Amino acid sequence: MSYFGDIYKGIKTLLTGMSVTGKVFLNNKNNSITQQYPDNRETLKMFNRFRGEVVMPHNEKNEHTCTGCQKCEIACPNGSIEIIWDRQIDPESGKKKKMIDKHIYHLGMCTMCGLCIEACPTDAILWAQNYENSVYDRTKLTKVLNQPGSKIMPGVED
Amino acid sequence: MDTNIANSNLKSEDYFINMGPQHPATHGVLRLLLTIDGEIIKKVEPDLGYIHRSIEKMSERDSYQQIVHLTDRMDYLSSHINNEAVCLTVENALEIEVPERVKVIRTIIGELTRIASHCLWWGVMGMDVGALTTYFYGFRDREMINDIFEETCGARLTMNYNIPGGLMFDIHPNFVKRTKEFVAHFKTKIPEYDKLLTGNVIFQKRMKGVGILSKEDAISFGASGPVARGSGYSCDVRKYYPYSALDKVTFNEALKTDGDSLARYEVRIQEMWESLSIIEQLIDNIPEGDYKVATKAVIKLPKGEFYQKVETARGELGVFINSTGTKNPYRLKFRSPGFSNLSLLNHIAVGGKIGDLVASMATLDLVIPDIDR
Repeated sequence: MSYFGDIYKGIKTLLTGMSVTGKVFLNNKNNSITQQYPDNRETLKMFNRFRGEVVMPHNEKNEHTCTGCQKCEIACPNGSIEIIWDRQIDPESGKKKKMIDKHIYHLGMCTMCGLCIEACPTDAILWAQNYENSVYDRTKLTKVLNQPGSKIMPGVED
Repeated sequence: MDTNIANSNLKSEDYFINMGPQHPATHGVLRLLLTIDGEIIKKVEPDLGYIHRSIEKMSERDSYQQIVHLTDRMDYLSSHINNEAVCLTVENALEIEVPERVKVIRTIIGELTRIASHCLWWGVMGMDVGALTTYFYGFRDREMINDIFEETCGARLTMNYNIPGGLMFDIHPNFVKRTKEFVAHFKTKIPEYDKLLTGNVIFQKRMKGVGILSKEDAISFGASGPVARGSGYSCDVRKYYPYSALDKVTFNEALKTDGDSLARYEVRIQEMWESLSIIEQLIDNIPEGDYKVATKAVIKLPKGEFYQKVETARGELGVFINSTGTKNPYRLKFRSPGFSNLSLLNHIAVGGKIGDLVASMATLDLVIPDIDR
């Protein structure tokens, strides 16, 4: 008796489960989350806070706001940021001032913790929302964030 | 011929097989050395260390702000709660009182993390016992939580949203709306989970009476979380040592006394309901205020020993900091729930079949980076 009872119960619960899957199958528009990546590259937009990679925005005059204070370098847990700086003569005041030569960012080591961007006092570095970071050559993951020939925006102090 | 074999005093010998380190049912790089007799398990020896990254030692090198992001990589399914544990320890040591807003937001995101973790566990659990559909359903609902995290915290898994003294930035304006949407959505989904898997006879036969753990054994093995609560051991840290805003909410501790795999399964399903209720109590009245208190750029803890425990999705996570007054901890120790829960695997699996081992291991909800650290 219990043998047939088990078969009956098995089929019954199987049909109960299949009623759930059947509903999802037929009523697909509310439940489907499938994204057709990479076909939706044009429309796929990440959230504003998404941590893709660290970038340094420049204005149209090729100026950034990095003062070379190295707070991001100190805040970084694993040395993904290296700042090469020297003291150059500021054309405005004529005094010697600390300026960055290269702001090197190792994307391959970065854990996307966001501590550097929190530490930056002048908002010189920001998160970019790009998500396709893979390359064939890992040396390409070491980036110099300040553009060649760029200089600090006038009036930016620590 | 047959009679010769029967008469020749043939003995059966134990047979060793490796399960893992690359085995889908071990959910990571865990290697189990199985001693089996036919299909009966005689001994299970976990072999650890495949994903050891020396997080505790690295913490001795890092500043207190930097330690937080390492804990994301331990139990990655409850990364927010891990972050919170370190931040609470540092805040207790510095005697900082964080604003009410921070406490409430931390609790809400913590409970969302717990639901996300249990969603993933539920999907994988079903897959381990042969039901592939659950995997997609669990991930479908978890996706909504991941979107909430991505919008507010900036990352889907390793969020690093907590800092000692508060939160990295304020919640996103859409956070409350999206969370409410999720709560309403998920309330219709847990009954579906029950219909699909919990009530299924085949599933129940796989789970009932398998991997039995008594209350005494749960205590003596140091089990915590849903594993211990499935054996009737009431040990919810949120209930007994409430942290953040958990003292302001009312919820029931999910408790079952059977101690088998099905009990542990039911405890987790129950916990999802309780987490939803906690979120509902808090989401409408997030107090106004700052999202962090200013701390010094270089945090130096006073000399002494500090301990804080929290309830992650897997159980009790303890953070012990021994400070000598410098900017790095002298010693930092994580008491991870996964390690203790893994230690009882041999106890509950011996005498069962290999299939039962997979089923009971799935209900332990092991996350291997949490065990190896």
